[in-house]
Parts: sequence; structure tokens; C-alpha cells
Amino acid sequence: MAMSDEERLDELREEAWGKGIVRGRGVDVAGGPIPRRVGYYGQPLLKPPVWTWEIPVYFFIGGIAGMAALIALVSAVFHHLDRARMSILLAAIGAIISPILLTMDLGRPRLFINMLRVFKYQSPMSVGAWVVTIFGACSIPALLAVELHARHVFAGDLDQFIKIAAGSLVFASAFWGVLLATYTGVLLGATAIPAWYLHRVLLPIHFGTAGIGSAAALLELLGYRVAPLNALGFFAAGIECALWISLEMNKHGAADRALHEAQSGWIIRGGEIFSGPLALVLRALGFVPFAAISFLIGALLSRFGWLAAGKVSACDPEAVFASQEK
Amino acid sequence: MIGEGTQSTNQRRHNYVRENVDVGFFTDPTVCIGCKACEVACKEWNEVPDDGFTWSGSSYDNTGRLGASTWRHVLFLEQDRQKGNQIVGSSGDGADPFRWVFLSDVCKHCEEAGCLEACPTGSIIRTEVGSVFVQNDVCNGCGYCVVSCPFGVIDRRPEPLADAGGAFKCTFCYDRQKSGLVPACAKVCPTESIVFGRLDDLRARAHERVRQLRENGYGDAQLYDPQETSVRGIHAFFLILGEPEAYGLPPKPEVPTIYLRSAWLSAFATMIAAILVVFATFFFFA
Repeated sequence: MAMSDEERLDELREEAWGKGIVRGRGVDVAGGPIPRRVGYYGQPLLKPPVWTWEIPVYFFIGGIAGMAALIALVSAVFHHLDRARMSILLAAIGAIISPILLTMDLGRPRLFINMLRVFKYQSPMSVGAWVVTIFGACSIPALLAVELHARHVFAGDLDQFIKIAAGSLVFASAFWGVLLATYTGVLLGATAIPAWYLHRVLLPIHFGTAGIGSAAALLELLGYRVAPLNALGFFAAGIECALWISLEMNKHGAADRALHEAQSGWIIRGGEIFSGPLALVLRALGFVPFAAISFLIGALLSRFGWLAAGKVSACDPEAVFASQEK
Repeated sequence: MIGEGTQSTNQRRHNYVRENVDVGFFTDPTVCIGCKACEVACKEWNEVPDDGFTWSGSSYDNTGRLGASTWRHVLFLEQDRQKGNQIVGSSGDGADPFRWVFLSDVCKHCEEAGCLEACPTGSIIRTEVGSVFVQNDVCNGCGYCVVSCPFGVIDRRPEPLADAGGAFKCTFCYDRQKSGLVPACAKVCPTESIVFGRLDDLRARAHERVRQLRENGYGDAQLYDPQETSVRGIHAFFLILGEPEAYGLPPKPEVPTIYLRSAWLSAFATMIAAILVVFATFFFFA
């Protein structure tokens, strides 16, 4: 066919408009106007996630807060009290912002409390709601106890008690913090969306690494330019490079093309470049603050990218069919 | 069955809820006439708000797909294939075959339901009759069921519709069933293309119907009831002509909980690695 049916119809319409009469022949339809789009008229098979900007920002902030609590614990163990204070402050701030973001994203924010009427281990959303809550209940009192101890507000036995309380709370914060920074990968991985569930092993590693690198980068930007944080920065950027390569190598064709093609693919790729190779090179060249900024941008960007890819993937019937081929 | 009058399972009162009997829908497109009475009855009984007056421009189907405010959806499927013993071609030579298939789609009420497993508030429950029900007053609209349904049925209702923010889908007319009434869509179906009844009876009846159709030239008639995947069967199942893909049905749906194991293993490994790495950097670079 030299000319598509649609083009021919347009031509006929123009002719009718201009001359008031049509001389040419119309379009011969063979076998009826059978829809040729994938699936049922190209309709999406799955529902795209209803989540908006709050969720990727929560992934970013929750990742920083959770891993900052771990850095706080390790700093305290190695007697870097100053660093521990700043880290637990970041953790507590994150613990306050995270539930606010989660509540904002709900369809009915006033019913957030219903998250806590049951615990379901088979639902990563339920596990996550409890982890955020317990993390807040540990890290905010931990900040208080650490500050009371560091400022010598009390003396004697009471100070000893506060010291023990601070230690236990920081320990608990670190435990729930690493869970907070990684469960988000499970949250996306255990869904029906092909682009997500096909990468359910990569997602927790990626989110955990992004969390640890972001926490270290933020501490560096706050003035803690010390060797262990620099090493963590190198490490996180290196892992992000490896994850990017693994994502590019481990393609599933049409099933996860949302991760590689079009806008959503470019957001993910952009995020990986910023937090992977670019952060690594900048750090190797000694531009530590720039490396830290680059890593933070990448970590935030890739979270937005994964959400965007989920929306594209759910609306792509071909992706669903391709992921279910026997 | 048609001919049974008021004694049909689609019409008579029942005690399924009190007796804890698993019930189901068997939807048969070979007798569907595409009248959309099921869509209308569902909207009216359940007071479902309108889902937008839009023209699809491609067929008589202007509903499109199931959603938060569309709990029944009649598909109008056009295919260039022969339907049963239909005589095709101007001289019956079989040229240019064409068939029109109507199928009323609905929530599948899975045996292993992704939405139910994913719901963090316990809003989504399994009822006495084996259906999956969303308790509207408990749902806080987190949206996790939306991405956990392998059939893309449940969705969050947007503003400014009534009851916006919560997740909605077919209730299997749980309120009607508690009073011994048949779900609205099955009650009004003029050809009994939608059959309501005991799940075991329906499955037996459906197999019989497939056998009957195949004998009568419908070589591609088959049941869509994915019992061999992790969904382990659906309570609202379908007879389809041809492949499920054309009906927008996933060929091999899986309940997302099967992905939990590998995802959590990866998360736990990451957690342990993170702890070790942070300790190591502080130890070696101190």
C-alpha cells in the first residue's frame, strides 16, 4: 500500500472540504476493520501505580535516614561522638519527614493509622509501615538521649542511665534503619509490574547502596570530610557502577523495556550515571563535595526513574505478555 | 440455566453466605449479546459514579477497561476468524472471515488474591463465599493493591468522585448475597451469559459447555481459569474463543507474593553487607 488508509481518508476529507464533492474512491476494507493493536485494543493489562512524587522522595529520604542511623552506631562504637551526633540527627529528621511523605501520598491521609491495625509479613507495605513507625520511635528518642548525654545535662547515675539508653536506642535505630533503607526494593519487587518484579533482586541492593552512599555524601557536605566516609563514597559509587552495568546487560526484551527505552529509561540511566561513574570519577579526582552532590542527585533521580518505569511498564500490554511467555 | 425460569441459580434466593459455600461467576461469551445490562445494573445497585463519557472511537466499547468506577466491562472483540460453524465469505468460500465476540469482564476473585495479600490495613478480606471484598471504611488508599493485582482490576478512585481516595473493585454484591440475593449483573443478564452459582457446579457446567461448543465447530473454545499458576484458579472465570491475550487477559498470571522470597533474601543480604562495609571502613580508614 503506497498510502496508508488514514492518509487517504484525510485526502478525501480535504477534497470534500475544498470542492464540496468527492470524485476519488474511498478505502477498500478487507475483512472488516480488525483492530491490530496488541492485546485488547492496546488497552493496558495492569493498573499503573497511583503514587506521585512523595514516594520517590520518601525512598530517598528514608534511605538516607536509615543508613545514617547505621553510621551513627558505628561512629559511636569507634568513639567519634561528634559524627554520631550529626548522623543520628539526620536519622531523626528523616524519621519525621518519612511518615509525613507517606501520609501525603495516601488517598485518605486521615486513615494512616489503619496501617497499624494489623501486621502482615506477606505485605511489604505493611512491613514498611511498621518499620517506619518503629524507626521513628527509636531514632527520635535516640537523638534526645545522645544530645542529653553529649551536653552533660545530667550528672552521676542519671547520666550513666542516659548513656546506656542512648546506646541501646542508637543500636535499635541502626537495626531498623538498614531495614528501612532496603525494604523499599522489596516493595517494588514483589508486585505484578514486569519492569519491577523482573529486577526484584537488584532493587534492594540498589536502594540500599543508594541509601548508604547518600548518607555518607550528606555527612561529607555537612563538613565531615573524613577517610571512612570517603571510602564509603568510593564503595557506593563503585557498586552503583556495577549495578548499572548489570541492569544494561540483564535485559528482558519487551518485558522490561520501560527501564531502557524512552523517558523512564533515560531517567534511570541518568540517575545511574550521576551516582555511579560520575561520582566515582569526581571522587577519584579529589572533588569530594561535587562527588557527593552528584551521588545525591543520582540517588534521587533513579528513584523517580523506577517509579516512572513502573507506570510505563504497567500500561504496556506487550511487556506483560513478554514477561509471561512460557 | 435458561428455561429454568425463577428456579435458575441466577434468579432464586440462596443461603450461600450462611452455609459458607464458595460461589462464582461463569461468563460465556458465546451467548452474550453485548447489551451491557450488567454494566448498568452494577452501576445502579452499587451506586458507582460515572467513569467519564468518552468515545473510544474504535468500537462499540466505550467503557474501555475495568477500574475503580467500572466493575463490569463488556468487551467488544473483533477478530478475522470464523466463529463456530458460521458461513463466511460472499459465497460461503471462507474468504474474509470475521467474528464479533462479547465478553463481560469482571474482578476475578482469585483463589490467591494479590490485592488481598498486599493490603496493609486488612481492608481487603475474603468473605464466607470465597469472594474478595474491600471494606471501604478501612481502606486508606495506599495504592499497594493496585500494583499487586495481576489482572489490573482494582484501582484508586480519583477526585472529585464520591468516596475518592479509596481502592474499589467488584464486591461480588456481597451486600445482596448476605440477603440471599443474586449479584446484580447476573440477575439482569438476559441470556444468562453471566451465570452465578456454586463454584463447583459452575466449573462442571463450564467444562460441559466447552465440550458442547467444540462438538459444534467452536474448535478454539477454552476455559480461562488459571489453576496451574500461583493464582490457583479464579472464582469469576470465563469461557473464551481463541487466546486470552486478545481479551486483555494475562496468559500466565502470578500472585506477586511468589516474588517475596528472592526479594527479601536480596534485602537481607544487602543489610548484612551494609553493616559489614560500614564497620570495615571505620575500622580500616580510622
